[in-house]
Amino acid sequence: MLNQIGNYSLYIALLSSIIIIIQSPILLNRNNINISGRIFSLISIQSLMIIISFIALIIGFIISDFSNETVYNNSHTSKPFFYKISGTWGNHEGSLLLWLLVLSIFLLIFTITSKNLSNKYRILTLFFQEIIILGFLLFILFTSNPFMSLFPIPNEGSGLNPILQDPALAIHPPILYLGYVGTSIIFSSSLAALISGSVNKSWAKHIKNWVLVSWIFLSIGILLGSIWAYYELGWGGFWFWDPVENVSLMPWFCLTALFHTILILEKREMFHSWAVILSITTFSLSMSGTFLVRSGILNSIHTFANDPSRGVFILCFLFILITLSIFIYFFYQNKIKNNFTKTHIVSKETAVLVNNLFMMFFLSVVLIGTVYPIFLEVVNNDKISVGPPFYHKLIVPFLIPFLIFMAIGPNLNWIKDKTNKINLQQLLFFILSIIISFIFLKRVGISYLFSLPLFIASFFLFFITIKDFSVKKTNLSQKISHFGFSLFILSVLVNGVLAKEYSSNMKVGDERKFLNKTIKFESLKVNESKNYQSLEANFKISDKKNSINLKPEVRVYDQPQTITSEADIKSTLYSDNFLVFNILKNDGFYNVRYQIKPFMIWIWISIILISFGGILSIVKKNG
Amino acid sequence: MVKNIKLIAVVFLVIVSFFILLKGLNKTNNYSPNLNSSNIDFNFKAKFLYSNEETTLYELINDKDFSLINIWASWCLPCRDEHPYLLNLNSLGKLNIIGINYKDSEVNAKKFIKELGNPYSKIVVDPSGVNSIELGAYGVPETILINNNSKTILKKYIGPLDDKKLAELKMIIKNEN
Repeated sequence: MLNQIGNYSLYIALLSSIIIIIQSPILLNRNNINISGRIFSLISIQSLMIIISFIALIIGFIISDFSNETVYNNSHTSKPFFYKISGTWGNHEGSLLLWLLVLSIFLLIFTITSKNLSNKYRILTLFFQEIIILGFLLFILFTSNPFMSLFPIPNEGSGLNPILQDPALAIHPPILYLGYVGTSIIFSSSLAALISGSVNKSWAKHIKNWVLVSWIFLSIGILLGSIWAYYELGWGGFWFWDPVENVSLMPWFCLTALFHTILILEKREMFHSWAVILSITTFSLSMSGTFLVRSGILNSIHTFANDPSRGVFILCFLFILITLSIFIYFFYQNKIKNNFTKTHIVSKETAVLVNNLFMMFFLSVVLIGTVYPIFLEVVNNDKISVGPPFYHKLIVPFLIPFLIFMAIGPNLNWIKDKTNKINLQQLLFFILSIIISFIFLKRVGISYLFSLPLFIASFFLFFITIKDFSVKKTNLSQKISHFGFSLFILSVLVNGVLAKEYSSNMKVGDERKFLNKTIKFESLKVNESKNYQSLEANFKISDKKNSINLKPEVRVYDQPQTITSEADIKSTLYSDNFLVFNILKNDGFYNVRYQIKPFMIWIWISIILISFGGILSIVKKNG
Repeated sequence: MVKNIKLIAVVFLVIVSFFILLKGLNKTNNYSPNLNSSNIDFNFKAKFLYSNEETTLYELINDKDFSLINIWASWCLPCRDEHPYLLNLNSLGKLNIIGINYKDSEVNAKKFIKELGNPYSKIVVDPSGVNSIELGAYGVPETILINNNSKTILKKYIGPLDDKKLAELKMIIKNEN
């Protein structure tokens, strides 16, 4: 029953998509027709249908309707209620349906909020957005339909991968998708603005909100992903330069660049073409991300699909969209008004340009690191793996000037600033940063070539962003985001430099010394939970002053049968104590890994601050 | 003119990446076990656990009508659970049970056998795990029933043996006879 409801509503959505695509060119030629009539109702019907099908799938998961193949493959009656719901998008079919859902809802919101803009621009945006929706609908219906029926109906499902049963991961995909899909609106509207010749101030003003919304969701989505990796995977890190992580980071760089460019476009009517190019690139990167993750071309836990026809479909769709946008760009490029205004080299405009250059550089590094191994394997049959050293080597040296520019840039004036203005305050902060970094590194005993300038630059940025709170010139949201970023860099650096790890094989009752601490393996007990059994260990970490107990677990899930290690992490403002253990051989010994990670919590806080700046900016404008 | 060259360059780049990715899709990028082949490469070489001699699978499966290849490791908990079943099967006398010790240390493997008994007629070691993957193994434990005369796989179990699988194995052997 649910399968039929889901299927039919998707077909109705498909139909309305086709009607809109056919109708839009006709409406385009009639200037005085208000689109809020017919097309608006079609879009509403489409969204409604997609919502219905999504709810049908959720209900299927909640009531464990195993006549549905997706439910059968990814759920189990013994699963907790919360994970039954999150199981809806924890698989290939469901996650695509979620993509589609967000696409259509975003389009609906766009149609409602853009009423005061030109008709031509709105219809064209709808047209491009509907092409994307159509592509996804076809993809879902013909290669990955979540409403396939199973007969005979199985009694029990085969379960959700236990590693995915985590609260952070349950909301990670939807949030990330909101970011990805937001870029599709940016893409469609930039093409529409290009064709209708309205790449200007008012477009920038309108699209800025969408850029911000996508950027916020993308940031939070990435944050949730790293939190999950840190707590669940138990590797003791938060970013691994895994291709799938990179894929979400690339649109982020692009969006950050785009946001700054849009600001210039809004205030100074500059960088028209560049803004359009960035809009197209951002969406292409988001789509490529979906392709790389979903097609199975990358080997990762995020990869669900093994069916090559799916990969071929997304690939063709992706390249049709990219080629289409390239041609549109080249044919309508001369419609862009190029009212070039003379700008002095020392100005806010230059600062944004520099920001963009750095963003593009970081983007290229990540892009090459992610795509090159795939290309190399195809062309040459070589298997290489690109790991953290590659990224660190290429990014770190460029981070230093980037941080310094970031400290100076926002304080420059529009058009022209005085070059000979030697800011005593800034100089003072710079000297202070040098002294602090020098003392800090001396005490830690690190002598890596770039670490001193890197610390100087980040301390400098940190001080300047704090100082900026006292200046009235710039807006508060920018200050918060920039301060968040400086805090982020600083915590990552300190965390990287001061992290300590100890690993040993221990059995119950053993005691080990590490630095000035004693690690004692106190006890081990077996717990029964709803869908897993766990082996809970109790470790006591004590130094002279105080002691903490850490209780990591090894869980054995029954459906499907999997063993996971749950690290126990005690966070304080200064540092995290991280302990994870693994079953070794069956002679009573366990492999124990204990880590001290200073300032870990500040990494999360800083990313929240960065996103909060964006949220504040939206709230302020509308309120 | 410059504009056209730019356009052609960009489109060219896009097309090239399209075909590279398309080709990449059809490749398997991970080293996955070969599921479909019902034939095994019987020529793989391995060393015995209790001696330093080398042997091939071909030599190993000469005894009796059926061979049961069991991939195990001392560090694998389910292997411990399934061990009594292997001992039970061995007591039937119809089977030539061959153990492949997967990614294990020699000391621990010997200790395991000493502690729990030896159902295997021969044990070979696979310290790197490559041979087991060649056999189509997903992990440990895994059990493969082979007809020695036709050299084909009759049945393959991923995961530990249990009562149901044991009964099924006995049925197959009975029917094949």
